[in-house]
Amino acid sequence: MAFPYYVSPEQMMQDKAEYAKKGIAKGRSIIAMEYQDGILMVADNPSVSLNKISEIYDAIAFLGAGKYSEFENLRKAGIRHADLKGYMYSREDVTAKSLANAYSQALGTTFSQEVKPLEVEIAVVAVGESGPTGEIYRISFDGSITDERGVTVIGGRSEAVTLFLKDRYKGGLSLSDALMLCKEAIENSSGQKLTVQTMEVAVLDRNREGRKFRRLTADEVTELVQQR
Amino acid sequence: MDFKFNNPFQDSGSSFYDWLSANHPDALPGGRLRAEEGGNEGRRSSMVPHGTTVLALKYRDGVIIAGDRMATEGYQVSARRIEKVYKVDEHSAIAIAGAAGPCIELAKLFQTELEHYEKLEGAELSTDGKANKLSQMVKGNLPMAFQGLVVIPIFVGYDLKRNEGRIFKYDITGGRYEEADYFSTGSGGKDARTTMKKLYQPGLNETEAVRTALEALYDAAEEDIGTGGPDLIRGIYPTVKTVTVKGVLDIDENPIRQFVERLMETRKRGS
Repeated sequence: MAFPYYVSPEQMMQDKAEYAKKGIAKGRSIIAMEYQDGILMVADNPSVSLNKISEIYDAIAFLGAGKYSEFENLRKAGIRHADLKGYMYSREDVTAKSLANAYSQALGTTFSQEVKPLEVEIAVVAVGESGPTGEIYRISFDGSITDERGVTVIGGRSEAVTLFLKDRYKGGLSLSDALMLCKEAIENSSGQKLTVQTMEVAVLDRNREGRKFRRLTADEVTELVQQR
Repeated sequence: MDFKFNNPFQDSGSSFYDWLSANHPDALPGGRLRAEEGGNEGRRSSMVPHGTTVLALKYRDGVIIAGDRMATEGYQVSARRIEKVYKVDEHSAIAIAGAAGPCIELAKLFQTELEHYEKLEGAELSTDGKANKLSQMVKGNLPMAFQGLVVIPIFVGYDLKRNEGRIFKYDITGGRYEEADYFSTGSGGKDARTTMKKLYQPGLNETEAVRTALEALYDAAEEDIGTGGPDLIRGIYPTVKTVTVKGVLDIDENPIRQFVERLMETRKRGS
């Protein structure tokens, strides 16, 4: 007589977590960092069209690390969530907090109920109307959510990058200083030089009218890097 | 959060309108009204505010889009300051005539639709794509149109690929027709068209084009009781926007007031 396998819930969760972590660590790191005019987002991404950084709503952006197909689905769901809310209520009622919570619920449910967890780590960032009042939420594969101050790193060897930034990051950086710091941090952890072609850079600039999200072109990035 | 791993070839793709229709049909313009039986032609028509005359005409740099500010409820004025011309994205605008409520809702939904597509796909829709999508949305309004809640938009866009302004008109079934020079719709649409027919020339400059648009609206207000003329006492003037390569810009109230005053002076002298 064959015995059904027994796996303790503890063991099952641990296995899932390990599996997800492995998938996420394979990728490259992405940084979101507050600078003087808003939030800068930098990803080590050789692809021009498959983005890791995206606009969600007026002042809200999304960063995804791990498996592309999985975080792309999450990104789309987030845009639907935000657009629906903005359409039903008002543009100002779309908040990063509510979106981050929705993500946390979705990831948490998938982690506990599905056989395969999502191999993703995402961040939801939002820039405030005035002053340094940005919001940065990091959400893990299991739905756990952390509210970060100033800077966050997802994907790849995120701990190493965070450690590198810990002493070097300070508030009120200029755009070019912040960009250089992100570049150094990613280079330091991967041991490879980052070129303009392999960098995906975007900002949430609070000085912009309406939609704050903007991608920086390769030329703009080159110019910013050369300013130093 | 609506989060499922759908087959992307079967789900609603990048359209907010299609997704809303499938998941939240009550939130569409008209909502539950759509589901009601027809056969009550026009019965709601006099119960709700109606927006009246809107127009668009091409000029050297792109397109002018304009509208009066009045809404009527049967023979009554229901609003004097209503807005009928909306910017929908960086390079397109919409002006709507018909039942005010569904019109404003449709404009808002269309704005969301274009922004949604742009964010999901990472690229803007083509001008033809936008015009087609609007056609489907107007078609979706057909059951309501049979109940008297008609929504008739004019869509204008600056086509960055062709480097020219374009004008599209619609009928209640969603029929979409491109206009070469100018168009006007709403209760005073015919009168405004007559004026534009006389004054329009290809390659007008901005000042001439704005003057033509204002004169057309002025004539519509004279001939049609539903169209509001310039209200000098309350300081209400028509809305005029330009749609060019630089984007959608409002013409300020000051120059519009000056145009209108000059126009009225000329008419007083009887020319």
